[in-house]
Parts: sequence; structure tokens; C-alpha cells
Amino acid sequence: MAVEQQPSSAPAKAALWRRPVFRSTVFQVLLVLVIVYVGNSLLSNTLHNLHQRGISTGFDFLSNAAGFGIVQSLIDYQETDTFARTFLVGLVNTLLVSFLGILFATVIGFIMDVARLSKNWLIAKLAMVYIETFRNIPLLLQILFWYFIVLNKLPLPRQSMNLADVFFINKRGLYLPSPIFESGFWVVGVAILVAIVAVIFIARWARARQERTGEQFHTVYASLAVLFSLPVLAYFAAGSPVGWEIPELKGFNFKGGFVVIPELAALLLALSVYTAAFIAEAVRSGILAVSHGQTEAAYALGLRPGPTLRLVIIPQALRVIIPQLTSQYLNLTKNSSLATAVGYPDLVSVFAGTTLNQTGQAIEVIAMTMAVYLTISLTISLLMNWYNKKKQLVER
Amino acid sequence: MKKLFALTSAIALLTSVSSAVYAGVTLDAVKKKGFIQCGVNTGVPGFAGTDDKGTWKGIDVDVCRAAAAAIFGDASKVQYTPLTAKERFTALQSGEIDILSRNTTWTLTRDTSLGLNFAGVNYYDGQGFMVKKSLGVSSAKELDGASFCIQAGTTTELNLTDYFRANNMAYTPITFDTSPETAAAFDAGRCDALTSDQSQLYALRIQLKDPEGAVVLPEIISKEPLGPVVRQGDDEWFNIVRWSLYAMINAEELGVSSANIDELAASTKDPNILRLLGQEGIKGKGMGLEDNWAVNIIKQVGNYGEIFERNVGQDSPLKIARGINALWNKGGIQYAPPIR
Repeated sequence: MAVEQQPSSAPAKAALWRRPVFRSTVFQVLLVLVIVYVGNSLLSNTLHNLHQRGISTGFDFLSNAAGFGIVQSLIDYQETDTFARTFLVGLVNTLLVSFLGILFATVIGFIMDVARLSKNWLIAKLAMVYIETFRNIPLLLQILFWYFIVLNKLPLPRQSMNLADVFFINKRGLYLPSPIFESGFWVVGVAILVAIVAVIFIARWARARQERTGEQFHTVYASLAVLFSLPVLAYFAAGSPVGWEIPELKGFNFKGGFVVIPELAALLLALSVYTAAFIAEAVRSGILAVSHGQTEAAYALGLRPGPTLRLVIIPQALRVIIPQLTSQYLNLTKNSSLATAVGYPDLVSVFAGTTLNQTGQAIEVIAMTMAVYLTISLTISLLMNWYNKKKQLVER
Repeated sequence: MKKLFALTSAIALLTSVSSAVYAGVTLDAVKKKGFIQCGVNTGVPGFAGTDDKGTWKGIDVDVCRAAAAAIFGDASKVQYTPLTAKERFTALQSGEIDILSRNTTWTLTRDTSLGLNFAGVNYYDGQGFMVKKSLGVSSAKELDGASFCIQAGTTTELNLTDYFRANNMAYTPITFDTSPETAAAFDAGRCDALTSDQSQLYALRIQLKDPEGAVVLPEIISKEPLGPVVRQGDDEWFNIVRWSLYAMINAEELGVSSANIDELAASTKDPNILRLLGQEGIKGKGMGLEDNWAVNIIKQVGNYGEIFERNVGQDSPLKIARGINALWNKGGIQYAPPIR
């Protein structure tokens, strides 16, 4: 308003190109144009080049028969299936090793962190040696190390290590009996559901009672008892409706049962042990970030060390830990693509490897593979961010 | 690392702007940079590998050396890119290498949908099996239910599947990236059998901890014509690679070797030899080469018989018999069109 009252000798308005709004709009439009132009010329250039060199393009190859076998597949797969199916098989195998890896790495990482912060000198130093060793050796070497250690130490199928005639370990893998669900199994399923619902009720009731009266209840023990006993009771009541298929030595190897191949074992071991070292450090940083005054205050209020850690330290430490944990989970998932070195049939090995080579459609296959890793990583990120929001400091 | 390579190659393919493939482009580029970039195996004795001085040796390597001798008159003007089976076609398509000479099987799919051309066959191979003697197996037909170590991205994977499906037998494939990894896993006992082209089995066998403990089974389950590959659309380059190979085969047929070539050049009256040596007929003109192109190949690299015996035959540790790789008039199927 002050400007409007100025005499006309001063310019009423800045020149168009001096206005911030105008300039920022122009630059943004220019940027978008440049990106669209570059993207478009890359695409058309590629298609032009591929066409000129007589290289077939498009995604038609996905419906062709694959014609090669895959050692491990959680979904039904035959050699006569299509390349699209090999994509799925690889994807499921990648998800399997990533999921199990994240699980094991988290558990080992938390244990190692507790050990690292232990007041026991020996335990703390051992944990430190573990962390510093595995954190600083390249992952690929660790994978190869575990793989050839595992392979060289294990016996051949005919001399398998035998546990109770049910479990067998040899160079071809760990053979476990696999369950065969018979007709009465639904009873057990229902029992498990009932147990879960019961646990939720117990937890709610215990919390309400504590808030009302201050009395505590052993929720954890009660829940475990319910979760365990109900399904077991149901299992026997229904007349043991689960049969077991026991692996048997036939010809070259064991047939039947469930097998954990050594490639999976080695990869999983290496990924978990490697990532756990980083997770342990992330957790340690979170716990050390909580000021010591918090512990002293908790002790002053009469809390014992256990509840202090659980109710005071961890909730505050999580805010520091979760973002670091997220990037470790993402790393683990992406590192699982090193599987190809030991012959574990993950997405990179099966799809970006064999399928790419049999079809020669490099750009399509690599683009699909990159899209998958991007999707998995973004999903993990979203989940962890949601969890982070829940745990974030709520300022009032 | 493998992913990175495929990615960079894909990007190279994406961004090679002046891409028009005209005849002669490769030859001009090769002459300009002064050497041939040759894609070879990461290490299969007899086919491609380095000796203790770091020099590349092998029957696949000699194909590239022959082309260099024809173009530059100097067989050493070659630089090598070791490639895994998975990387090889992308490397050639993207222009990273000029010749792919990496025991590559000539098939319809590869010839027609990858934008590549096979320039000939420098080794007729077939897929076989190697097992440990302790397994007590004497025929591939007894391998029902066995597990196999294979190199990823090869025709081997497909042949294995075909063979076991046709014979209604079960098998477990375990695929590795490179052939040393495959052999290491077989050595460690991960699989009952190793399957690959038979020539490679002999080569891998001498690298095992106990070569005597392994045996190559007699069955051959596929046709594997191995040969050099070039990009489609550059006919001049294609001709040079093809006729460099044919010159070596023709030289063996005519009895011209690196040992007697100087003597023959001075004395012979045989018009076939005179044409091969560039003293009569069309000479190197059609390919844009010097007239003595074939002389340089034979002098510096040798004829086909020489490179065979030196790399994989009796003068090598592999001791592979000529078999079907003998000349057509000596019981084999190696045959080259005449130079005239």
C-alpha cells in the first residue's frame, strides 16, 4: 500500500523479468521442457537405433517359452512356462531372501548392539570385533566365503549328516520334512485365529485394568500360553491332521520333503551377518543419543533397569534408529542381487541374466528389473516412514 | 558388477547418437584407432586365456589375430575384452567390441533377432557331461535326478532341458556366472555333473584339483557350431572376418603353413596357392585390404591346422583330436569356399 501512495516518479511495478513469481514459473517451465525433450530424444533415438541394427524390440518375448530350468522356485514352474513366469520366479526368490535377510539381520543386529553396550568387558569387545570385521569386508567376498566354506565342509549326499532320520544335511542342501495338511486341519487354523483374537483381548483388558487400578498383568506370558496351547489342543482334538513327507535318498540325492539349497543359506548368512553389523551400530547410535539424564531420572522415580530401557530409552532411541534402519533394509534388498555370484536364482540371475541372454532384449529386461528394485525399495521406504511417523515425538 | 555392465552397455546403446550403420564404418573406425577390439572368454584354456606373460592365447583369440593381420599386417594389433556369456551380445551390439570371438554357438535366434551375424565356424562342438569317477556313472542316460552345474546364459542351459525332457528324466540346474565359478562348484561337489561344450569340459578338467578323478561321458547331446560374430549391417567388416577365417582353412587344404609359405611364394606354380597368396586373381581389393592379406595371416597366425593343434590339439595340454574339425577331405566337416 505504501508503494501505491508513492509519487509516480518511482516505478510502480518492477519489470516483468524481475518479478520472482514470473521468473520461477519461467524456469520451471523451461526445466520441464528440457526434461521432456531429453527423455523423448533418448527414447526415439533408442528405438531408431535398435530398429536400424535389426534388434527386435518390445515385450512380446515375455510370452515365449523359457526352456530352461530353475533350481529353486516357490511358485509352480516348468521349463515350458513363459519368460514372464521366469520373471515371477526370480522376483519371488528375491523377495524371499530379502524378507528373511531383513528378519535375521534385525535380530542379530539388536543382539549385537546389546552385547556392544554391555558392561561385561569381554562381551562388549567381542561384539566390537564382530561389528568391525563384518562391516569392513566387501559383501561379495563374504558371500563367496560362506558359500565355499559351506560346500567344502559338508558331506556328499550318500554320506549325509543325519538327524533322527528326518533331517539331512549334505552338499545339496538341508533337507527337512514337509507337512502334508489333511482334511481336519481347518480346526487347527480356526484355533490359531481364536488364539490371536484372545491375545488382543487380554492385552486390552490388562491395559484398561492397569490404567484403572495400577495393577500390572503378565500379558506376555499369558499371550504366549494362549498362542501355544490352543493350536496344540486343537491339533490333538482333531486327531493329528498333519502328515509329514520325509526326505529319502533315491538315486543321486534326496527326494521329497523341503530343501534349503546351500546358495540360499550362504547368501542369507552373508547378507544377515553383514547388514546386522550396520544395524547394531545404528541402534547403538540411537541409544547413546538419549541423554544419560533420562536414565538417571527413571532410576530416581524407582524404575528398574529393564523397564527403564523398555519404557524410557527405547521409545526415544527409535526416533534416531528408524531412519538408519530403513536405509539398511534398502541396502540389504539391493545387495541381494549379488546372488548371481553363487548361483542363487534371484531376479538378477534368472531374469536379468539367463532370460536377457536367451532373448537378447537387454533394454526391456534391464528396465523391468530396475523398476522392480525401485518398487520394492519404495515400498520398504513407505512402510518405514509410516512406522517412523507413529514413533515420532508428538509435540504438544 | 554384471548389472552395472549391462546397464552401461544399455546406456551406450541408448545414447549412441550417430548410429547409422553403414557398410565400412567398422573398418574405418578400426583403422583409425589402430587395433581391433576383440571380445573373448574370461578364461577357457585352448579357446581364450592369458599365458604366464599375460599374452592372450587360444583358437578364438587367433581368429581376431588373423583379422588384425589381414587389416594391419600385424597380428598383435588386437585388444581384448574378457566377457561373460551374459555380457557378450550387448557388448557387441553397443559397439564396445568389433568382433565377438567367444566360443559362441550359432543359432537361429541369435542370428536373426539380436542384430548380429555369424561370420563362420572355427570349432564344431557339441554339449557333453563331465562327472566324478566316484559317482560310478558311465552314460548320461544314468543321470536321472542328478544336479548339474551350468554357466548362465548359454545354449547349454536350453539343451540340458531339452535332453532331459526328451528322455523323461528329472534334473536340477545350478547356474553360475562364469566358467571358473562353475568348475569350482563342481569341484566342491555342489553338483553331480558339469555340463558344457565338450571342448570346454576337457579344458575345465585340467583345472580341477584332481583331473584324474573326473571323466567326460561319451554322449553328445547337441550341435554347437562355434564361431566369430559381428554386427549386422556392415558387410565389408563381415567379409573381412569371414574370409580371414576361410583363408586359414584354405591354407591348410592347400598345404600352405607358416613354415613353408616363403618357400612356396617363391617357387609354386599352383594357381590356387598363387591366388591365396595374392599374386593372381582378385587379391584383397574386394575387401579393401592389401594384396598380401592372406600371406600376413598365414605367416603370423598360421593355417587352421596349425592354430588347432597349437591351442587345443596335440601340441596343447588338451590333446583334443581333430574329429569333425578335420578338413572335409580328411573325414571332418571343416570346409571353406575357394579363394578365386
